[in-house]
Amino acid sequence: MSIPLEKLKWMYETMVKIRLYEETMVQVYMEGKNPVFNIGAGTVPGEMHLAAGQEPAAVGIGAHLRKEDTVTASHRPHHNAIAKGVDLNRMTAEIFGKETGLGKGKGGHMHLFDTDVKFSCGGIVAAGVPHAVGAALAAKMKGKDWVAVAFIGEGAANAGAFHESLNLAAVWKLPLIVVVEDNSYGISVPKAVSTAVPFNAERASAYGIAGFYVRNNDPVEMYRVSEDAVKRARLGEGPALIEIETYRYLGHFQGDPEVYRGIDEVPALREKDPIVRVKSLLVEEGVSQGELNAMETRARSAVDEAYQFARESAYPQPGAALEDVFDLAAQ
Amino acid sequence: MSTVVHRRLLTGNKAMAEAIAQEMERDENVFVMGEDVGAYGGIFGSAEGLHQRFGAERVRDTPISETAFIGAAIGAAAEGMRPIVELMFVDFFGVCMDQIYNHMAKIHYMSGGNVKLPMVLMTAVGGGYSDAAQHSQTLYATFAHMPGLKVVAPATPYDLKGMMVSAIRDDNPVIFMFHKTLQGLGWMDQLDYSVGHVPEEEYTVPLGKANVVREGKDVTIVGIQMTMHHAVEAANQLAVEGIEAEVIDLRSLVPLDKETILNSVRKTHRLLVVDEDYRSYGMTAEIAAIVAEEALYDLEAPILRLAVPDVPIPYSRPLEQAIVPGVKEIREAVEQLVRH
Repeated sequence: MSIPLEKLKWMYETMVKIRLYEETMVQVYMEGKNPVFNIGAGTVPGEMHLAAGQEPAAVGIGAHLRKEDTVTASHRPHHNAIAKGVDLNRMTAEIFGKETGLGKGKGGHMHLFDTDVKFSCGGIVAAGVPHAVGAALAAKMKGKDWVAVAFIGEGAANAGAFHESLNLAAVWKLPLIVVVEDNSYGISVPKAVSTAVPFNAERASAYGIAGFYVRNNDPVEMYRVSEDAVKRARLGEGPALIEIETYRYLGHFQGDPEVYRGIDEVPALREKDPIVRVKSLLVEEGVSQGELNAMETRARSAVDEAYQFARESAYPQPGAALEDVFDLAAQ
Repeated sequence: MSTVVHRRLLTGNKAMAEAIAQEMERDENVFVMGEDVGAYGGIFGSAEGLHQRFGAERVRDTPISETAFIGAAIGAAAEGMRPIVELMFVDFFGVCMDQIYNHMAKIHYMSGGNVKLPMVLMTAVGGGYSDAAQHSQTLYATFAHMPGLKVVAPATPYDLKGMMVSAIRDDNPVIFMFHKTLQGLGWMDQLDYSVGHVPEEEYTVPLGKANVVREGKDVTIVGIQMTMHHAVEAANQLAVEGIEAEVIDLRSLVPLDKETILNSVRKTHRLLVVDEDYRSYGMTAEIAAIVAEEALYDLEAPILRLAVPDVPIPYSRPLEQAIVPGVKEIREAVEQLVRH
């Protein structure tokens, strides 16, 4: 195994944290939505897209990123945010619509912005890729070795913004890495029905850039491939495209009837769970059960603290809806 | 004793480009990108001379990928750069409106004010030269409708420079609309008002302040860019008939300077609003609504509106001239208002 042990431990603890966060959200999201499911009701109203199972994409490349690197993500952003080190308390408060949230309750779960760690996400498919191009351009113009990573789903690889952005980043040789999280479905439509090539990674050749495909939701392989892509980007060698075959354990959003896939599919995916695999690696490396327990406890505590912070925070005053349209201090 | 006053004259496009050049000198974070802004200097001259002076790193020709490069301007602005990005014709907004409407306009708000986007999107607007339905629109209201964007439309070389400086220094995203016919380009109509006095030193003209360009007591005419110039010409003709029209150059759609309009209407008691954009749901409707809400009892006649009558801009010269409000239509509308 070629991953430094400290990195592997970080990946494990972060994956556990992500999984606990998403599993907790499954429960919290249903508060106030029983017995009749109303999307606009409850502790956490609105759409909820969870990423349980997709942790390897976030941590495999996240292990190579620094605070100064930029990450943009999609409508399914929690794993990417947690791996980038977004303030979990303020992120959760944002999802609860509280005034202590990252966006004072104006963004919600699909629109998380943490300027301290340069993370953003958005609800329009593929639209974050050009923003990452811009961050990469800024890094280059400032003479920094920072990189920008855009996470998207495999469905986004059929959007114009994806192709325009890869061409632009390639022609300007920008430090951009696009990570395609292939979870097999664009909401309900299987990749084979929507996409003319079996692997989006092949599309890298259309832009003369490096393309990588990571099979089996493998966090270790994701780490290795990302190491190469990030290193090359930092050296000014241009963009890369990484696609990872990953698994979405839950529906597109909570409340998705999932009529488009067989009842056996998710249990079979869970059999190959990447967190279990990384844990086995750590055990092989001689990490003690006590240390594993400590990592899991830390993750649990961080998640519990975040949800408690969100619950105890106040809602914004209604009048705050009229603020922050413009930066008034700017003049 | 006589005094000789030296007035430095520039075309609209040179005034704009001078503002950008001076801001690029002042702030290394300012840069320009767009289609043909490099060696060509922008199809309508907005970036004339910048590439030669600042090089390809800071004056970037882009591929025909408006979503990517306007999105990249957003991403760069979030990192503290101050990009000026050109959408060659405003009509091309359709291929990149997600980046403008959903991201450029909303990110500051959705982030609770934490993310600033100090960027300028400059774009050419307007018709009058037979470029037909996909290259002649102004679309003022389309952009002014979405909260979160400042939208300005200067009409003189002096304002083009001063408002460009203000737009670049503003920490909010600004849509900077320049009218093609007011750029003073050699290959379009030669209009006196596309050339004007522009001081060489830097100055700012605030965004969000209308300008009373002609004072009068009988009627208020609000116009923007070409329709403001038409209004001044109409007012000069009307003066011969003894009608004194006050003309307001709106200059900025967002923020909208309501006070200047209301103060004028309270003085003249009559209002005509003239727009080169479509009539329905547009700038004329907005201003008429504001005056109806806040100064209805000051009016001595119903408000009149002139605008493109809800048809796409036609190609053929007589057809286009028939639907875009000009001096004659303004004069007739004012005469109707004053007779009332």
